[in-house]
Amino acid sequence: MNFEVHYLMGPFLGIVFAPLLPGIINKVKAFYAGRRGPPLLQLYFDLFKLLSKGAVYSSSTSWLFRAGPVITFSTILAALFIIPFGSSAPIAFTGDLLLVFYLLGMARFFTVIAAMDTGSSFEGMGASREVQFSAFAEPGLFITFAAMARLTGCLSLSDIFQSITPELWTAQAPALVLGAVVLSIILLAENARIPVDDPNTHLELTMIHEVMVLDHGGPDFALILYSSALKLWLFASWLAGIVIPRFDTTIPARYAAMFVGVILACIVTGTIESIMARLRLLRIPQLLIGAGTLGLVAFLLACQGGVSP
Amino acid sequence: MNDLLLILVILSNLRLLASSRLGACIKWAAWQGILLGLLTITAAWPHPPIQTWVLAIVAASLKGLAFPWLLFRTLRRVQVRREIEPYIGFNLSLGIGLVLLLIAFSLARRLPLPEGLDSEFWIPAAFFSLLTGLLLIVARKTAVMQVIGYLVLENGIFAYGAGAARHAPLLLEMGILLDLFVAVFVMGIALFHIARDFDHINVDRLVSLKE
Amino acid sequence: MRSYFIYFGLMALPILGGLVAFVLRSIRIRRALLPGVASAHLILTLLALHARPAQILGGWIGLDDAGSLLLLVTSILFYAAAVYAQGYLRSESRTAHRDPEESFLFDNAPEAVFIGCLLLFLGTMTFVEISRHLGMIWVAVESTTLVSAPLIYFHRHHRSLEAVWKYLMICSVGIALALLGLFFLASAESSSSLLLDDVLRDAVRLPIPWLKTAFIFMLVGYGTKMGLAPMHTWLPDAHSEAPSLVSALLSGSLLNCAFLALWRMTQVCIAAGMNDFVRDLLLALGFTSLGLAAVFIVRQRDFKRLLAYSSIENMGIITIGVALGTAGYSGAFLHMLNHSLIKGSLFLVAGSILALHGTRATDAVRGLSKRAPAAARLWLLGLLAIGGMPPFGAFISKFIIVRAALIQGHWVVASAFLGIVFIVFVGISGIALNMVLGTPSEPKSESQAALSAAWIIPPTILLALSLLLGLFIPRVIGNLIQGASGSGGFWP
Repeated sequence: MNFEVHYLMGPFLGIVFAPLLPGIINKVKAFYAGRRGPPLLQLYFDLFKLLSKGAVYSSSTSWLFRAGPVITFSTILAALFIIPFGSSAPIAFTGDLLLVFYLLGMARFFTVIAAMDTGSSFEGMGASREVQFSAFAEPGLFITFAAMARLTGCLSLSDIFQSITPELWTAQAPALVLGAVVLSIILLAENARIPVDDPNTHLELTMIHEVMVLDHGGPDFALILYSSALKLWLFASWLAGIVIPRFDTTIPARYAAMFVGVILACIVTGTIESIMARLRLLRIPQLLIGAGTLGLVAFLLACQGGVSP
Repeated sequence: MNDLLLILVILSNLRLLASSRLGACIKWAAWQGILLGLLTITAAWPHPPIQTWVLAIVAASLKGLAFPWLLFRTLRRVQVRREIEPYIGFNLSLGIGLVLLLIAFSLARRLPLPEGLDSEFWIPAAFFSLLTGLLLIVARKTAVMQVIGYLVLENGIFAYGAGAARHAPLLLEMGILLDLFVAVFVMGIALFHIARDFDHINVDRLVSLKE
Repeated sequence: MRSYFIYFGLMALPILGGLVAFVLRSIRIRRALLPGVASAHLILTLLALHARPAQILGGWIGLDDAGSLLLLVTSILFYAAAVYAQGYLRSESRTAHRDPEESFLFDNAPEAVFIGCLLLFLGTMTFVEISRHLGMIWVAVESTTLVSAPLIYFHRHHRSLEAVWKYLMICSVGIALALLGLFFLASAESSSSLLLDDVLRDAVRLPIPWLKTAFIFMLVGYGTKMGLAPMHTWLPDAHSEAPSLVSALLSGSLLNCAFLALWRMTQVCIAAGMNDFVRDLLLALGFTSLGLAAVFIVRQRDFKRLLAYSSIENMGIITIGVALGTAGYSGAFLHMLNHSLIKGSLFLVAGSILALHGTRATDAVRGLSKRAPAAARLWLLGLLAIGGMPPFGAFISKFIIVRAALIQGHWVVASAFLGIVFIVFVGISGIALNMVLGTPSEPKSESQAALSAAWIIPPTILLALSLLLGLFIPRVIGNLIQGASGSGGFWP
């Protein structure tokens, strides 16, 4: 693991520009709706405003409620340092993709626990839905990355994404396309986007993610918003990493290409959100199982033609 | 090119297993038939003889146009849109379909690859279509889905024949396609009668003959 | 030239007749078309047996001994059915029909469809019997399924509809699996010809795993059509809900055609030297059919279903005969001959009983000997004959099969065979005696007062032919059986 300073560019870009992504998505949705929409930097203003406010804690909560947002934020930030962005990540070792999955899992766990800690059935309902859908989404994610690992013959995220070259694309296009499709479906699922969840809704019948964080306020809420933006950056950079093969160009060009890819991923997400309606809750497991199936097909295709690590 | 077509065939099978809308299933089965017609030609690339062209065109038009037309006509008279409550639910069907895909791949690995096939997905895709067709026939209650399952079964066997037994004469393939056409026709008539007599097309209520 | 004439006549005559029957308006001419075409077909068949025409169309069409045997039986059976149909159609031409079991009113299919499909049925079965190309045989067997489906759905009510749907689905899926087996065989064949003679010639050089897989799939596929357990589930429903003369043809000819297709593949495997493999599989399926049929015969309450299960049992016997190697082949073919004749006769008589009493329940029919003596005699003798009573032919064929088992040292096979056949005989004769003796029961619903000659004569002739075969086998038939089984005689 040789470390170069420019590896830190990836996480740095993520930390600085992550709140831009929800702004882009909202602008795209507004464009489709014929509105002007909120400003691009709206989330920055929101975070700034929230940080200067105080928080109100219910007397029925415990330390878990206060710890939840902090742990979520820190785990996702830690995961950010393992995700490659254009070149290798600052922290890279064999099997680091399992660490990323577990970090994300820990983030989700503490969000859910904090929600249930309030003792309100409202949050409990959101928590149960969230856990159910992640039970279907995570295997899909695992299998897709297993397919990637089989295709490229590497077991470290940085190595996997470094090996997605144009040659690999021409040789293994079907598997990579399937992997990209699965990743985009899981991006929608994990980041609470339509068609899985509506980030703008506040109706009990339809909330999943919103309802879990309903009781947080002030700096806690700022941390939660920021971590969900970071998570969106994370998934978008995965998607961009698969779709945009690694050309043999200069380092700044690679970073620029990835950045453009992330923005494109957000635009596509915004478009999907504007075109589709939210699925019935009964249908979401079907969608996620379908995604898992596609992931398995990608894995089988990778087994037929891939390299053994 | 062959690889891509065969992967699309595999994906269409998975889509068939997961869908409850009868119209969508018929369309996907039709697309499968057209893909198989294309495959017949690409298998003999770059110089497919004239009889391969004839066979491909006849197969694609029968499976892609004639059978869906017959089935849609039956659906219109029967007025059923969806499969509700099959024997094996859609999520479980998809899961079993994945197991069948694994079985198809492992079976294909056992058989020696016939010469001239450049894609290693041919036999798995054919077997997977066969197993999907059988699963559809067994797991679904509406009679239309059973007919679609039969068509998918025949698609799988046709795919295997087009790939592995390529020297089967044209006359034989035509005879098989003609048989298939008459079969779907007769099944359509039977379906119409079932709908008229029973007011439904669920085969789980066809149980009066016993012992 | 004469060969072309014979073959085309054999196939084209029924098919053309069927198509003409669809469009004919006059009822009398349509009904007369049946025995007309049947007699022409019978004459052509006898001509073919006498002249032994050569293969035509490059070996795609030809008559070998097994095919000739089946063709003869099909032709005779169809002729008998055609004569019987005159009386049957006349009685079915009243406008409303009431179902005896559940007392609802139902319709019949148009008579044109019935007669047309009957003739097409004869044509497609002939097609199976004269094909020498394994793929063509497949096409022909599938077409027999499709053409016989409307025949089963003659009485238009929910039970026959259920029977037709099961028949269509199960047989079509089975035949599709047989097609897969055929493609496996084609993969193994390097000379790219599926003509039976070419395949037989190359059989020794074919890779064994492919042949084994092909045989298994074809066994399952054609076995479904033949009625071997556990793929038999469509048979009792279809053969009991169809009109009796259709059931006679289904049991007497169609099952044989499926057997012929299976026999061709068995010939290939035997030529390749896979005797043990074939024997084990065929014995397994044969005994499953035999045992399962025995279980369902013993307490059967519907006499047409009884006959259907008896067909399954007899197909099991034929399979066991084939499994026992060269010694058993002649027994299998002779049994096929006898079974067709006797079962055809039985189904025709069952139709008469149904017309007389209006019910299919075995405990509702009593005292047949007093009400309709001719029918009663035929019924009793026929049921005893199918159970294996001498001097009817079925006894000889079963004897040959048991002997084949014993001389090869398969004691278990022989004793199991005898045991199950005994159970079936007891069951069948019990039911037969119950129906024939006693005081006559009242007819359930609409029924005829008496039966005309057209109802009685065809089954009598069929049963008499079987009696003839039991007493003395004509030289022509004997040569055909020897040729089909490739053995030196009946008592090898």
